[in-house]
Amino acid sequence: MTAADLIQTSQATVRFVLDGEVVNAAGLSPTTTVLQYLREKAYRPGTKEGCAEGDCGACTVVLGELVDGRIKLRSVNACIQLLPMLHGKALFTVESLKSLKDGSLHPVQQALVDNHASQCGFCTPGFVMSLFALFKANAAPDRAQINDALSGNLCRCTGYRPIIQAAEQMASLADSDNWMATPATDQQPIEPEEQALVDLLSDIQGTETLHIQHDDGMQYYAPATVDALADLYLQYPHATLVAGNTDVGLWINKQLRKLPLMISLAGVQELKTIRIDQDAISISAGVSVTDAFAAIQQHFPALKDLFRRFASMPVRNAATLVGNIANGSPIGDSMPILITLQSEIQLRQGSNERVLALQDFYLGYQQKDLRAGEFVQALRIPLNQQQYQMASYKVSKRFDQDISAVCAAFVLGLDDAGKVAHIRIAFGGMAAIPARATQCEAALLGQVWEQSTIDLARARLAEDFSPLSDMRASADYRQRVAQNLLQRFYQQTLNEGTEKPLQLTDLQQVVR
Amino acid sequence: MSQKAHSEKSVKHESAHLHVAGEAVFVDDIAEISGTLYAALYPSPQAHARILNMDLSAVEAATGVVATLTAEDIPGSNNCGPILHDDVILADGVVNYIGQPVFMVIADSYLNARNAVLLADIQYEPLPAVLSVREADSLQQYVIPEMRLTSAGVDEAMRQAECRLKGQLALGGQEHFYLEGQVAYAIPKEDGCLQIYSSTQHPSEMQQLVAHMLQRDASQVLVEIRRMGGGFGGKESQSALFCCAAALAAAKLNRPVKCRLDRDDDMLMTGKRHHFEFDYEVAYDRQGGLKALRLDMLVGAGCTADLSGPVATRAVCHVDNAYFLEQVDISARCCKTNTQSNTAFRGFGGPQGAFATEYVIDNIARELGMDALDVRRQNFYGIQSRNMTPYGQLVEDNVIHQLVSQLEQSSDYLNRRQQVIAFNRNSPVIKKGLAFTPVKFGISFNVVHFNQAGALVHVYTDGSVLVNHGGTEMGQGLNTKVAQVVAAELGISIKRVRATATDTSKVANTSATAASTGSDLNGKAAQNAAQQIRQRLTDFISERYSVAAEQITFAEDRVVFADQSLGFDELVMLAYQSRVQLWSDGFYKTPGLSWDKDSLTGSPFYYYAYGASVSEVAIDTLTGESVLLRVDLLHDAGNSINPALDKGQVEGAYIQGMGWLTSEQLLWNDSGRLTTHAPSTYKIPSAADVPTEFNVSLFENSNVKDTILRSKAVGEPPLLLGFSAFFAIRDAIASVADYRINPPLNAPATAEAILNAIDYCQDASNG
Repeated sequence: MTAADLIQTSQATVRFVLDGEVVNAAGLSPTTTVLQYLREKAYRPGTKEGCAEGDCGACTVVLGELVDGRIKLRSVNACIQLLPMLHGKALFTVESLKSLKDGSLHPVQQALVDNHASQCGFCTPGFVMSLFALFKANAAPDRAQINDALSGNLCRCTGYRPIIQAAEQMASLADSDNWMATPATDQQPIEPEEQALVDLLSDIQGTETLHIQHDDGMQYYAPATVDALADLYLQYPHATLVAGNTDVGLWINKQLRKLPLMISLAGVQELKTIRIDQDAISISAGVSVTDAFAAIQQHFPALKDLFRRFASMPVRNAATLVGNIANGSPIGDSMPILITLQSEIQLRQGSNERVLALQDFYLGYQQKDLRAGEFVQALRIPLNQQQYQMASYKVSKRFDQDISAVCAAFVLGLDDAGKVAHIRIAFGGMAAIPARATQCEAALLGQVWEQSTIDLARARLAEDFSPLSDMRASADYRQRVAQNLLQRFYQQTLNEGTEKPLQLTDLQQVVR
Repeated sequence: MSQKAHSEKSVKHESAHLHVAGEAVFVDDIAEISGTLYAALYPSPQAHARILNMDLSAVEAATGVVATLTAEDIPGSNNCGPILHDDVILADGVVNYIGQPVFMVIADSYLNARNAVLLADIQYEPLPAVLSVREADSLQQYVIPEMRLTSAGVDEAMRQAECRLKGQLALGGQEHFYLEGQVAYAIPKEDGCLQIYSSTQHPSEMQQLVAHMLQRDASQVLVEIRRMGGGFGGKESQSALFCCAAALAAAKLNRPVKCRLDRDDDMLMTGKRHHFEFDYEVAYDRQGGLKALRLDMLVGAGCTADLSGPVATRAVCHVDNAYFLEQVDISARCCKTNTQSNTAFRGFGGPQGAFATEYVIDNIARELGMDALDVRRQNFYGIQSRNMTPYGQLVEDNVIHQLVSQLEQSSDYLNRRQQVIAFNRNSPVIKKGLAFTPVKFGISFNVVHFNQAGALVHVYTDGSVLVNHGGTEMGQGLNTKVAQVVAAELGISIKRVRATATDTSKVANTSATAASTGSDLNGKAAQNAAQQIRQRLTDFISERYSVAAEQITFAEDRVVFADQSLGFDELVMLAYQSRVQLWSDGFYKTPGLSWDKDSLTGSPFYYYAYGASVSEVAIDTLTGESVLLRVDLLHDAGNSINPALDKGQVEGAYIQGMGWLTSEQLLWNDSGRLTTHAPSTYKIPSAADVPTEFNVSLFENSNVKDTILRSKAVGEPPLLLGFSAFFAIRDAIASVADYRINPPLNAPATAEAILNAIDYCQDASNG
């Protein structure tokens, strides 16, 4: 099929559900963000712009997606969601929450009022929406889950304590007569309100390519099948591929870059699959970081701590794991551990496919082994590694929603003699690409796993990496911490289960 | 205070129900008038340069552009500086920092304006840029003359002391990070008038600056602000640039113009909390008693004076914090650098001055092998003696001894000190730290005439009440407290009282809502207005029903006299029909203040607010990362008008102060560009940084001064409570060398700074 054919079978109207009605949005530039749409076109100014880069959460909204006949609600940052990305989804904003029946506040809103949890009120709508998503997903969230739900929201006034308290109390204000005001689980029978929304969403699920051609010269394609996507990209190899838009959104908002042709993966259902077979877990390009991590974590529980600290909840909900890989930033947090787990990527160019080890994908700063019109279709993590000890550590100025100064990953297999039989070490933040520490690994392989070996291997890291100094850390700090993290991994492999805390999260008072 | 009284006073923030529903209107939410245009400012890419040529033809030709404006288009004064007139609105031939607005473009959309700005072609001749305070100091480059406060016997005391200690300390600045960025919306009105919605803490100053810029009368300029999405000092003087920009464009084009900044531009263009560098020398005895302190403060003013003078003054006046310093030699030099002009930020120099002394005391304790609390306590101001500040004000309301004892008990400080030491002995990688720090903070503007306020109270014939005053609402709950004061005065329910937007056409010549004085000043002014109305109603009843005034009480929405009573609404309708004036103005000025800015002496503060905090942290000696484990705060808000709001101020300020001293790091590159100009690179605390155990209480007290309902100001003082987080980290670091070495830790204590200090202590201890 040619691109011309695609256009003939496409439609140009973005269709989504807002407050129980289908909105047909046409005639807007495809780079219009959901936030701009809400504030400037829909006259719903409750959603605020605090940073326009997905880092403060003042613009948090909730998206509802149709998944197996139910509605799945997730918080996202409206400032880096493009309007066409709403196609086929339901949008909830802070204005959606008050009861339509009597105008009463939603339990989340009432709990915030009751706890004096707003001061200036500018961040509040964003907190309301993050908590709304939590409320709907979890009837009894604990402190760690609350922190996680709020990981993408900044408040400069309250110090968060009353907001956290409100989150602890909100479920007690639930109203069982109202789907919006009831914490729901998948087990419950579907309620009429949810069913109505399911029906509305079912009606607007399209099988056509969404194609927007705006008079500002911008074009946006969202094909519905992988084949159409592959053909389109082959035809327009200079197009910008976009999945979650959590990075491209910053090019648009901050660098004011013009992206004349965008091709979105968002409409391709085939790419939303996670497949687990006997020897591998495969994650397609359209799978969110949230869903991908949930699946990976089941097989590699040691990675839970890293996943918790990856960006923020709304960014993880919007971003895709493959997007993080394909973007190829030297400070992307998923790559070190995925490299050490010997992951492979499946590349697609037109109808051709090839498989590449992830570690070979990165050639240099922002350079990847990608041919014209080729894209990463899926990631494959071999499962036969669960006997290994592994860890991934992130070091940054702040616990949540920060970019790593250093991100380290270790996978270790010992033989019966206590010698290193298998070792994979990779770092982010230490070089122009996420990379393995080959000298360090060489110093470990075949050696007895003991402190003297570690001491030698630590020193070899200086041969592997010459990190940069920037606003996140100095080169010297990065180098020292990289070495110290090897020490940490060593200690953890020895000391698991003993009483001396080896990292901050081992302390009972630290709930994160 | 009983639990019941506590909860009765803790009425909800007047806008809480609007905040949570997204219905609270901020400046950018105001429905725009048709024809509104949007301004964007071009930020200088040069730290110091002469502008040789500006070619804006491509900008003017860009999509949607209506006009470009430069300094030449300003009819009057090209100044938005609050005190000295050294802050240009648009660059006039020279640029002085990266980010300084050079010209302005006005277009039909926000995005078109921002896109067009990029197309400018400007030639510069680079000039030498001074980027550090030490360099500026060596060049004697200051924005204002040096300040110095010296006691007569300081040299002698220094010579005679048993122990002396010298050192240096660097203390970083802080970005305000108000969630709502700078914004102003100017609408031209008839006869040369302008109405401006400005997110500002200082509407009257905005009015004055716009009038001067346009050569118009102040009466032609109306500035209104219903609420800000956070201010923290960042919208005291520095809202002016954007207010003037919008007003200039609106006046020139006769169209409504909005100037709203992108977050990165906001952080690049506006000043921050002043960073300080200190050189100190302290004399003390072997028991830890302070004998003399020399403190040389280099204040990072940035490229213009802005509020650096008063900030430095407040820093000088808070070097003592809660301690009696008999002999001092304190100097402050406001260094001029080619960086953003630093400005007011919650505490206004006070935290910086006090921090230096706390650092010095922390050092002394370790030198002497004492618990730092023991050193602190013996140096506290006395009650009958040892109660004179270095600047000559008597401390007459000292409660620090009781307050500290109470917190020592409630936080179980002594036991926990032992537990921390024991834990560290057994834990080689993770170390815990504990610190206890006090606060004494002076309340009032250091400029006497700023300590005045006005208010208007309207009672309508249905018994509803509207109050307007000169203070601005930025989240602190000022409108709520003022409404509570009015309700209490008229004996009516808070539900009847509505506070409205601050508006220069209602109350004139207002002071900035700053220096924590909002409730003190405006609460009193509103009370004064309400008292006058109550007096008229009392007179009316007294005459009409022939009862003595003493027999008339206003309570619970009724007025009761002799054996009769009337509903408040019935009363006001009767009064109206009898032609009683049901509205009034009110005025207040703080009594008894004096300040001599040349000698740096006087009694600049009406009273002091006190507090103390205990923080327990853990650090990771492999990475330098830290985490708060437990925090206990006890703070003096006097007889709190609204304990819930005051607690909110206390805990919010603590977290903000903790952020300043830990994760919030401002960095500039070698060319002078701020590299931490967005939340992706500048890290304020988030929810996971709040400790699981966070105990916050208000100290039972009543202001000895006749403040509004005997309350105390609570905006700024608790920011200093955050000190204990920093000193707890330092305590944890010191444990790696068995508490024998003073860790060389500057603020902020980022993971990197902590790891450096750990490595230093380990090396020093081993060798």
